[in-house]
Amino acid sequence: MRSERSQPQERRGRRVKRFAAAAAAAAMVLTGCSSANADGRQEIVVAIVSNPQMTDAISLQDRFKEEHPNVDVRFVSLPENEARAKITASVATGGGEFDVVMVSNYETPMWAENGWLTNLQDYADNTQGYDPDDFIPNIREALSYEDDLYSVPFYGESAFLAYRQDLFEDAGLTMPEQPTWADIAGFAEALHNPDEGFSGICLRGLAGWGEVMAPLTTMINTYGGSWFDEDWNATLDSPEVKAAVTDYVDLIRNSGQPGAATSGYGDCLTRYSQGNAAMWFDATAMVSTVEDPDSSLVVGKTAYAPAPVEETDSAGWLYSWSLAIPSTSEEKDAAWDFISWMTDKDFIELVGEEISWERVPPGSRLSTYEIPEYAEVAQAYAEPTLSAMAGASQETSMTGSVPYPGLQFVGIPEFQDLGTRVAQQVSAAIAGQKTVEEALEQSQRYAETVAESYQSGEH
Amino acid sequence: MATQTQPAPAERTPAARTSGQRINRKPKPRAGASLLTVFTWIIAIGFFSPVLWMVLTSFKQESAAASNPPSFFFTPTLDQYRAVLDAGAGTYFLNSVIATGVSTLLVVILAVPASYALSIRPVKRTQDVLFFFISTKMLPVVAVIMPIYVIAGQLKVLDNVWTLVVLYTSMNLPIAVWMMRSFFQEVPSEVLEAAQMDGAGLLKTLWRVLMPMVAPGLAATALICVIFAWNEFFFALNLTAAKSATVPVFLVSQMTSEGLYLAQLSAASVLASLPVVLAGWVAQKQLVRGLSMGAVK
Repeated sequence: MRSERSQPQERRGRRVKRFAAAAAAAAMVLTGCSSANADGRQEIVVAIVSNPQMTDAISLQDRFKEEHPNVDVRFVSLPENEARAKITASVATGGGEFDVVMVSNYETPMWAENGWLTNLQDYADNTQGYDPDDFIPNIREALSYEDDLYSVPFYGESAFLAYRQDLFEDAGLTMPEQPTWADIAGFAEALHNPDEGFSGICLRGLAGWGEVMAPLTTMINTYGGSWFDEDWNATLDSPEVKAAVTDYVDLIRNSGQPGAATSGYGDCLTRYSQGNAAMWFDATAMVSTVEDPDSSLVVGKTAYAPAPVEETDSAGWLYSWSLAIPSTSEEKDAAWDFISWMTDKDFIELVGEEISWERVPPGSRLSTYEIPEYAEVAQAYAEPTLSAMAGASQETSMTGSVPYPGLQFVGIPEFQDLGTRVAQQVSAAIAGQKTVEEALEQSQRYAETVAESYQSGEH
Repeated sequence: MATQTQPAPAERTPAARTSGQRINRKPKPRAGASLLTVFTWIIAIGFFSPVLWMVLTSFKQESAAASNPPSFFFTPTLDQYRAVLDAGAGTYFLNSVIATGVSTLLVVILAVPASYALSIRPVKRTQDVLFFFISTKMLPVVAVIMPIYVIAGQLKVLDNVWTLVVLYTSMNLPIAVWMMRSFFQEVPSEVLEAAQMDGAGLLKTLWRVLMPMVAPGLAATALICVIFAWNEFFFALNLTAAKSATVPVFLVSQMTSEGLYLAQLSAASVLASLPVVLAGWVAQKQLVRGLSMGAVK
């Protein structure tokens, strides 16, 4: 076809094409470069974890825009692991992509100490009607550094034991007001029915510091063990830790879910909400799925008991997804406008009215539990959640004192790595590839190395 | 297929019985062939089943998607697709189209002359140059992400789709040069000589003589670049934030650690695969020819 064209025609065609290509390229470069805000508008970028309550907040962003027409908000929402890696990389290197980041009570004190986060105490005190004293005390304390808030809670969680009340009644079992781990082992064995794919209990077994180590560490605490003693000696080979880990592993292996070594929070959530487990000890945040008729088959069949204990009064677990402003942000005031909107009392009312009262971010403010509508839908779990959080302090959940902050984690930067390594050992024990003794022996060596390097870094 | 092959043995068997051993050998390869067909179908369905499952799941409600044993019969719903579109998939798709389209265009523009020179007019160090190109693919991306991130941060080009364009271009260029080189080598030297004899210059030879001959190869190369760039996740996750995130990042953002997400993730995945499937379908004819052409060499 080409050869039939005359030469000048073709040359012209080529020139036109070349011009068009150059123009298109130039246009694209220009539009790419001219997106900076010129008319006094402020743009903030918010990095959050893509959990259901956060997604709800994104869907309500128009309400924020009505109140703050000059602030454009853009969201980056990623699953927990990706979000944590990305936010850590950005904040630690001063990448500066984000004006608001979602962090937890694990990061907040460490990052505040490093000077990576903006002190929010003045902002919180000077914002009318914001009332920072309404935050649940244990959460507020966990998000403070030198008595100043460096992040504010969006929601908070502790842990409790969910169990199928209907099945307990059918089997003639009664859950004590404060169960012990020995009680739980007995119930789990009685209700375990592997032939029908039904397990007596679901517990996390997946390797990861935020997976198996979270419930297991609270269990170690209540058995009187800890990761380190006051002088930073690793104590993972102590008899208390050994007893706790042995009981945990035995419980899963005897009456736990199949494939437990690779099942974490998400898997247990699916199993329990699909009616395939009789009990589940995990984060209180589970209720938003377990009690949601769209995704759960056991709505209304579940009762909640406090975390099982052994030596202590309670077996606390405290976690909070909270919002902070990296020190690199250039739009701190707009960032605070957004943060205060998303963590205010009004926001909780807004979620309740616009979405549903079941979806309210729980565990951040005491006032949430005084709202009649919320009290009604959360009848089964509001009180257990609040008392679990009230008991979530080292004083009530540990037998001795430890040199680190944290209940279901150890609040030092090295813990992400150490926790995951130890979790791999525990997972191997759950899978039956190792004995608990072997797993703890190896874990103890890891912990000794970390204690050494942490201390040499400190001094 | 099955309906075509089944009657054949029935017609053949009486003939085979009467006419002895020589004809008896004929049905054997046919039986083997139909067995092979069945086998091929099984493998094909086996490979396709995850995709099919993804499509099925995308029409379920979350609780049905999470049920165990899996549910095969359910009332289909478009809720998940609606949720995905409401989550603002458009921006992500636009970014992916820019990053993929522009980078592929740049790769083609750069790779064609480079591979022409490396195959048709080699010089002393051609082999070294070729090795240098491919050696850039030997270092795992994760090993260089931190320097790239810090450099991009210093240059203030984090969260910029043009950063991805540059990275995707350099990521795909070595592959494209190697692929295009093998296609150019297929061109008989007589054709080039004839073009020279007729007085065609370098550009004219390249554009009028060589390009039509290597067009299938070019299509295959471009398609592979499109697929790699469209599916690229690691750079996109680490270097983008709110403005320039691409489709793979969007897919991940559909996941959550607290709640059920399989159905919505499946719907997002179906939407994300459509453009590539479409591109592959359009280029299918060229692609098969192009791939085998390169392989023969």
